[in-house]
Amino acid sequence: MTLMMLLLLAAALIGIGLYGALSQQSFVMLMMGLELILNGVMLAAVAFWALSGAGAPPGQLLTIVVMAVMAIEMAMGFALVVAVYRGKQADMTEALSELKH
Amino acid sequence: MNHGIGVDIAFFLLAVLAIYSGWRVFCTDSMVRASFFLLVSFIAVGAIMLLLTAVYLGVAMFFMMAVEMMVMALFMVMFMMNPAGLNPMKMVHQERVAMAVGAVGFMVLGAMALFAEFPERPLPADLEPVAALGRELLGESMLIFESAGIVLLTTMIGVVVLSSHRGRYGGAETGSVPPGLMPGGEPAGQPAQGEDSEGGHQHHHH
Repeated sequence: MTLMMLLLLAAALIGIGLYGALSQQSFVMLMMGLELILNGVMLAAVAFWALSGAGAPPGQLLTIVVMAVMAIEMAMGFALVVAVYRGKQADMTEALSELKH
Repeated sequence: MNHGIGVDIAFFLLAVLAIYSGWRVFCTDSMVRASFFLLVSFIAVGAIMLLLTAVYLGVAMFFMMAVEMMVMALFMVMFMMNPAGLNPMKMVHQERVAMAVGAVGFMVLGAMALFAEFPERPLPADLEPVAALGRELLGESMLIFESAGIVLLTTMIGVVVLSSHRGRYGGAETGSVPPGLMPGGEPAGQPAQGEDSEGGHQHHHH
């Protein structure tokens, strides 16, 4: 378990998350992609904290902030899904094409 | 970091599990199963955090993700047409672009992991990770921590505003329509379309 392997794992998670966030049509699946990206970011932050940062406490704080970002993304995402569903009976990104300018 | 072979084996198993379940999220037929795959991926990463002695973060990850994925599975059942995966599902757009972007992202970040020189400064032997985190959160970085709390509170308010159907005085569009020039008349300053005058009517009849 070296820093390189941990960062490779984080890169793989971020890559899969990018694919998911860009390719999925349903809003909730799209949010899963974003979550996977943040998962990789948190892993990389903890890896740097443990193996390269000599255990500096702000490293752990960064992970907590990312966790808060994740909770916010999740809550706002679900609220937007509910609002869009009320307005358009839609759960797919394609249904909102008139948002294009 | 001096650790036994057991830690290495556990890390490899967890890494394979995290990547495999992360990938399965986007190619399973059932959306509920997809959210559980995502949960497995998060738990594997949380366990790797435990291996890295970030005890608090790893355990917080377990709790947070267990709840979050339950909510996600619930939303899947509420909104999606095919939550159980009884027939094949593939709901993707611009798949080639997305695959290319994902691969390029992985390669760029992976190249950084492989070729960049990072300082090697392992944890000090006498470090207590949880106590250090607690002192940081309630000490020097308290402003950041409290700001995160305020932002979470703001999010809660925003979420309630976004998702609540009606307010105390009627629907969301009621207050946005100007009152009519005479009681029960068309809203002032609006092109006469007939459809839009509903809000104005309701406004003057209570």
